[in-house]
Amino acid sequence: MLSFILRRVVIAIPTIILISIFVFTLQKLLPGDPVLAMAGEERDPQVLEFLREKYRLNDPIPVQYLTWIGKALTGDLGISLRTNQPVLELIGQKLPVTIQLATMAMVFAMLIGIPAGIFSAVKKGTVIDYIANVVALSGLSIPNFWLGIMLILLVSVKWKLLPASGYVPLSEDPIRSITVMIMPAFVLGTALAATLMRHTRSAMLSVLSSDYVRTARAKGLVERQVILKHAFRNALTPIVTLTALLFGELIAGAVLTEQIFTIPGFGKLVVDAVFNRDYAVVQGIVLVTAVGFIFMNLLADVAYVLLNPRLRKQ
Amino acid sequence: MKLMKLTLAAALLSATTLGAQASELRIALQSDADVLDPDQSRTFVGRIVYTALCDKLVDITPDLEIIPQLATEWSFSKDGKQLTMKLRDDVVFHDGTPFDAEAVAANIDRSQNFEESRRKSELSSITGVEVLGSHEIRLDLADADATLMAQLADRAGMMVSPTAATEAGVEFGLNPVCSGPYKFKERVAQDRIVLEKFADYYNADEYHFDTVSYLPIPDTTVRLANLQSGDIDMLERLAATDLAQAEGDAGIQVASAVSLGYQGITFNVGNGDKADNPWGKDNRLRQALSLSLDRDAINQVVFNGAFAAGNQPFPPTSPWYSKDFAVPARDVEQAKALLAEAGFPDGIDLEVQVPNTTIPLQLMQVVQSMAAEAGIRISLVSKEFATLLSDQTAGDYTASQIGWSGRVDPDGNIHQFMTSDGGINDSKYANPEVDTLLNTARTSNDQQVRKESYNAARAILNEDAPIVYIYHETWIWALDSAISGFTPYPDGMIRLKGMKKEEG
Repeated sequence: MLSFILRRVVIAIPTIILISIFVFTLQKLLPGDPVLAMAGEERDPQVLEFLREKYRLNDPIPVQYLTWIGKALTGDLGISLRTNQPVLELIGQKLPVTIQLATMAMVFAMLIGIPAGIFSAVKKGTVIDYIANVVALSGLSIPNFWLGIMLILLVSVKWKLLPASGYVPLSEDPIRSITVMIMPAFVLGTALAATLMRHTRSAMLSVLSSDYVRTARAKGLVERQVILKHAFRNALTPIVTLTALLFGELIAGAVLTEQIFTIPGFGKLVVDAVFNRDYAVVQGIVLVTAVGFIFMNLLADVAYVLLNPRLRKQ
Repeated sequence: MKLMKLTLAAALLSATTLGAQASELRIALQSDADVLDPDQSRTFVGRIVYTALCDKLVDITPDLEIIPQLATEWSFSKDGKQLTMKLRDDVVFHDGTPFDAEAVAANIDRSQNFEESRRKSELSSITGVEVLGSHEIRLDLADADATLMAQLADRAGMMVSPTAATEAGVEFGLNPVCSGPYKFKERVAQDRIVLEKFADYYNADEYHFDTVSYLPIPDTTVRLANLQSGDIDMLERLAATDLAQAEGDAGIQVASAVSLGYQGITFNVGNGDKADNPWGKDNRLRQALSLSLDRDAINQVVFNGAFAAGNQPFPPTSPWYSKDFAVPARDVEQAKALLAEAGFPDGIDLEVQVPNTTIPLQLMQVVQSMAAEAGIRISLVSKEFATLLSDQTAGDYTASQIGWSGRVDPDGNIHQFMTSDGGINDSKYANPEVDTLLNTARTSNDQQVRKESYNAARAILNEDAPIVYIYHETWIWALDSAISGFTPYPDGMIRLKGMKKEEG
């Protein structure tokens, strides 16, 4: 087992190195001089030169890369060129925000998507099925930013039910924190709910036509029991896999939602950093995300092995 | 019984205090500020935060006159090469360090010599500092500098605690210590900057909020929605297109002031190979473009008439605006005639780079259709701002839609753009005569001499037209109608003195 994990970690190292080189180079290809973005309107030549020296932008790119990766290995991701805050601290501040948003969105997606999927499968071909499908399709096709702004105008401005935007940390005021996040989580969750609904529906349909469901019905079980106990349980496997996969997508979707609702999360951090050519922040975020993904994959692999003894022999 | 009385009294007391006035003010900004160190920072929104956080040696009135703040009085020597200032003696920094002449000297030294300082060029005329007394100081200048007082009314004149600055070094901006009416409490990047009232401020009675929060909300619609839903108390830079909506809301009041800046089209007349084209070489073409525009119509169409049409680096409301060259009326025939004279009777193509955001694109689409009627076929290349700026500096452009946020002293709007070795002269316009005139205006403390120099320079620049000015932005603030005491300033800052919010 230990050797298996070690092997996976060793394999992960070149991946991380490749990603870091890729991101570093890609960023250098971005048009727009970071020093100009940093110097501001006045663009004093003295300041420009000083900044180029300070951030070693005059060095050849491979040298710049080695300097950066060397520091990153010791846990120093540098400081934001814009606010002077350490990048690691920024990431630590923003990550929990996005995780909260994504989790709440996932809850929304599951609460809406799964029951809707079951319903439309059970009532296949009826009006309910069609309505559920239309709703799901709109959920997929309505753009996030439009839905977000409409909700703000309706729910916050007109009805004054929820705060329009912003963020309160869970630790500071849990109730307000959740209230503020309801709309963004809903917006982020709708597209996923639609996907989940479609998949639940097809999984349920295939299960409902299987022999054991017919047997269950033949035994004279109540329909509700047939659906929830026999059919749904078995349909759940692909849904759970899909849900896990969608979580990564959620984090990506959070970028846009965070912009609309001014949530100071991971997505907003990276977007602003790209626009401001805040290299240190962009690199730090990508590196941390990449390492995070690799770690999650590693965990999943380990979990498979634990669950399935047959894999251990390989 | 006694306890009940006490509780009742406490309840009444809190009811009266709470019922009377809000203790917190929440202001939405268009973007997040950069580092909060007056010597290092460069953003407009950063300056809005400083207005509450960091007092300056001098301030301005809404009419741009220089008035005392930390300096109570000042005078220039006859040759303009020495500036003597008397300072307030009742001021302490937020960390308790007393404010005195030594502190001013340390601040000027920091602005000039701190390697991270962005203020070096603003104070470059100062060659020496002499502390004359505990609260009196003299600045020695290389040459008379008419712009100095205006610089001292902005970031270069902001006083930070020398103790804190020495201790924190480059990291000062993470926990800024100044002497303004509010002190720094906390900052969460991209979320909020919170300041709290500084009890030892010399004029604390005039400031009525205990805390002030600045919240960056980039989307204009969302910013307004937050005000309408009561989540914030005021916002800066309301979109002109949202004006009608805000004015129609009984819970909102709107205030505005024409800004000090401008927007226009900068031409590449001498910046590298790309200047070598008819647009860079022939001023008649640039004049034709200017004549093809109906600036009032542009203002109506793009900005609901809320901004100000313009044709100079200073808005028509400015005392420095040259009345000899009023905003020209649209004259398509004259524009066509100029094109024909320049050898393009069948019209000519022009590529303009433009920032890829809503307002500049809308503006340029209107310009595009107006110019087309005169035979100027504009193609727009939209670029993300950092890229646009890089290309412009490098001379990789023919024409560029760009503007300037504006400075209190007229010099800041023209000298660095139009003098041969000006730091932001991206069109690389060079004319010795203009250099002389603008340098004269910069080094004279005689308003008449300055005004005449600017007028003379305008006569030449109007003819050469390296920049075609189009409009001046108007700062529009939207506030909860319960707020009173807000004064709009052309510099776009939010001065909290006297501002209150009745809680109903």
